[in-house]
Amino acid sequence: MTEAIDLLFNTSLWAAVLRIATPLIFGVLGALLCERAGVLNLGIEGIMTMGAMTGWLAVYLGLPLWLGLVVAASSGAVMGLLHATLTVPLGLSQHVSGLGITLFASALAAYLYRLIVEVGDLPPTIEPFRPIDVPFLSDIPILGPVLFGQAAPTYVALAAVIVVAYMLARTPVGLAIRMTGENPHAVEAQGLNPIRIRIGAVVAGSALMAVGGSFLTMAAFDSFFPGMVQGRGWICIALVVFASWRPGKALLGALLFAFFDAYQLRLQTVVDGVPYQLFLMAPYVLSILALIFVARRAEVPASLMVPYRRGER
Amino acid sequence: MTKVLELRGITKRFGALTANDDISLELQPGEILALLGENGAGKTTLMNILFGHYAADEGSVHVFGQKLPPGVPRKAIEAGVGMVHQHFTLAGNLSVLENVMLGSEPLRRIKSARAEARAKLLKIAERFGLPIDPEAKISALSVGERQRVEILKALYRDARILILDEPTAVLARPEAQRLFETLRDMTKEGLSLIFISHKLREVMTADRVAVLRGGKLVAERNTADTSPAELAELMVGRKVERPTRADHRTGAPVMSAVGVSIKRGEETRLDDVNFTVHEGEILGIVGVSGNGQAALGALLSGLVQPSSGELRLRGADASALGPRGMIRAGVGRVPEDRHAEGVVGELSVWENAVLERLKTPQFSKNGFVRQRESREYAERLIERFDIRGASADTRARLLSGGNMQKLILGRVLSNEPSFVLANQPTRGLDEGAIASVHTELLAAREKGAAILLISEELEEAVALSDRIQAIVKGRLSAPIEAKDANPQRLGLMMAGAWDEDAHAT
Repeated sequence: MTEAIDLLFNTSLWAAVLRIATPLIFGVLGALLCERAGVLNLGIEGIMTMGAMTGWLAVYLGLPLWLGLVVAASSGAVMGLLHATLTVPLGLSQHVSGLGITLFASALAAYLYRLIVEVGDLPPTIEPFRPIDVPFLSDIPILGPVLFGQAAPTYVALAAVIVVAYMLARTPVGLAIRMTGENPHAVEAQGLNPIRIRIGAVVAGSALMAVGGSFLTMAAFDSFFPGMVQGRGWICIALVVFASWRPGKALLGALLFAFFDAYQLRLQTVVDGVPYQLFLMAPYVLSILALIFVARRAEVPASLMVPYRRGER
Repeated sequence: MTKVLELRGITKRFGALTANDDISLELQPGEILALLGENGAGKTTLMNILFGHYAADEGSVHVFGQKLPPGVPRKAIEAGVGMVHQHFTLAGNLSVLENVMLGSEPLRRIKSARAEARAKLLKIAERFGLPIDPEAKISALSVGERQRVEILKALYRDARILILDEPTAVLARPEAQRLFETLRDMTKEGLSLIFISHKLREVMTADRVAVLRGGKLVAERNTADTSPAELAELMVGRKVERPTRADHRTGAPVMSAVGVSIKRGEETRLDDVNFTVHEGEILGIVGVSGNGQAALGALLSGLVQPSSGELRLRGADASALGPRGMIRAGVGRVPEDRHAEGVVGELSVWENAVLERLKTPQFSKNGFVRQRESREYAERLIERFDIRGASADTRARLLSGGNMQKLILGRVLSNEPSFVLANQPTRGLDEGAIASVHTELLAAREKGAAILLISEELEEAVALSDRIQAIVKGRLSAPIEAKDANPQRLGLMMAGAWDEDAHAT
């Protein structure tokens, strides 16, 4: 038992929390952006898979890592544009379109990978983002290695939280996005175009999701295999609700889930006699519990999943 | 004087329907113009074209001499046109200030100028006498305050011409009066106004009235030179007179309440209520809304049971009949909210027509709906009750308010009910539809039905009822004869001033 508690004081645990949280942070921000504009994007699981593949592939084919992120983001934006086209101007069911995008993007990513990459006994690898030790800061005891010894995209993720939070709360674009999620008729009556705003939010949100996916192949790991997103997209959809559609709380939710995940991995090694499947289950069970307690008060954007058609009420 | 606004030959078609047919209008500075017409006359369409929600098929809009590009609300706003929509275009989860600011800043700006916007909003609110808390959430505001925000939104964008679509539809009468005073003050600040209405009393507060009928502009009158009666005729296209009640003998008691109270938790919704409605009689229940009318309606529909006391139908206890039992016992219900409780919008007219009596042999056999008989029945209703714009297969939600009400009345009255609950039967209807609803109710009375009419419109209650009772805080006054009713006496009754000794009769 003491061993289990000792684990909590291990800096490697906390460093792992941030690492595991990174793709979730991108994913949940992306989903949040879409939903704040009124569009549920269940394409997230496939978009993350697509980002994981395209970012990795770009680097494998010789582009630098940073451009790999750009390629991943672009592939996400394309998938987002597809989802937005189907659900916003055409007003199709957001559930059906989103699930379709997930199936399509996951399959397309796997297909392109097999088409372009020669796979031997072991999947080919790239040289991924490595943890960087920020000079001086990483020497701070305990905090240093946790906060300042991460791979570069982790810092981008943390910055993205601030940018998205600021954008939504303090800029005219952010207000327009929030208003579109609440009442697109109000947006139109004020002379803005809610269709464009929704498309823009879905495209940008999908790009973020894809960057989250690419972290898996370009930092956490160094190769791609189909199915490697493993439900992280769905976790993000739940985390948006957990976060009451607020970026700050979304960060908290991602960290919480990552903590459960990192902790259970380590617990498996110190606790005997418990089937390891129980540990694997733990983060999901705990997430559901957290959702039950937190999300009951959540303020859902009033027009989430309500298609907007001009001149109709 | 130069005109601030000009509509030239506006025509708009939706498929086969011509909503606006070659309409030309002008607006003078500082003028209040009322756009009068029945539901479906094309008023809202015309204003939506002016504001750029729709593009006209023909014709053009000129604001301060400049032609507006069709279909671009932003251009209309920039030219100084503001619109107050009937269904408010507000986001409930956001603050007043956020709702007002939206769209007023360039989207590329990196930081919203909140403090400046707040100061500007407060200044405008002060200048036009429309006080508001900029940080309040819309969802916490009353309907009247929300409308104020809608008006402020337009003024914040420096509107010089304000369009109000049915501005009083959601307001109680005192609020509506205040609104018109505010509007009049706004013209002194140099604004010009157009408001849409189908209420004759309201349009008389304007300077000028333009009457629309069937998509055409049929007349323009200065209010000084016209009368409500003339306007009513112009609006409907024929002389409309509400029918008058002929005296006749009433029969045996049909529905009566004896000391009925309804309590829900701590709240007393009906308090020791007594009334009796006889064959061939209309009993009017007048009162300011929210004084127990909803509970009374629910009681007579079988939706709630009395906590104490008894409801009697032809002498038998009807307290526990429930909705189906009430229908079987010959009770017809015209509910207060026809959209929520009267019809199922997504179902067809014929389905709605037979819904209440689906289990009777007339409409079903061995568990299957007799579709042919049901459709024929619906077609007879359409014919008999003059339900326009509908076939048996039209979805009910596509009917206008008046025609939907005719469908509900038809469903109720064709069943030869012995008792009819008519709860706000003409709310939101235009003159023509009101007249036909009144005619039908009086015809049912002639045939011997007992009718309980709940109404907020005193004119209506006095015109239709044989006797009248007032409802105040869940209590009913003693009845008075309609011939003894005058506005003063009814006003006192509605304020709760009645003789308590006579209360329990």
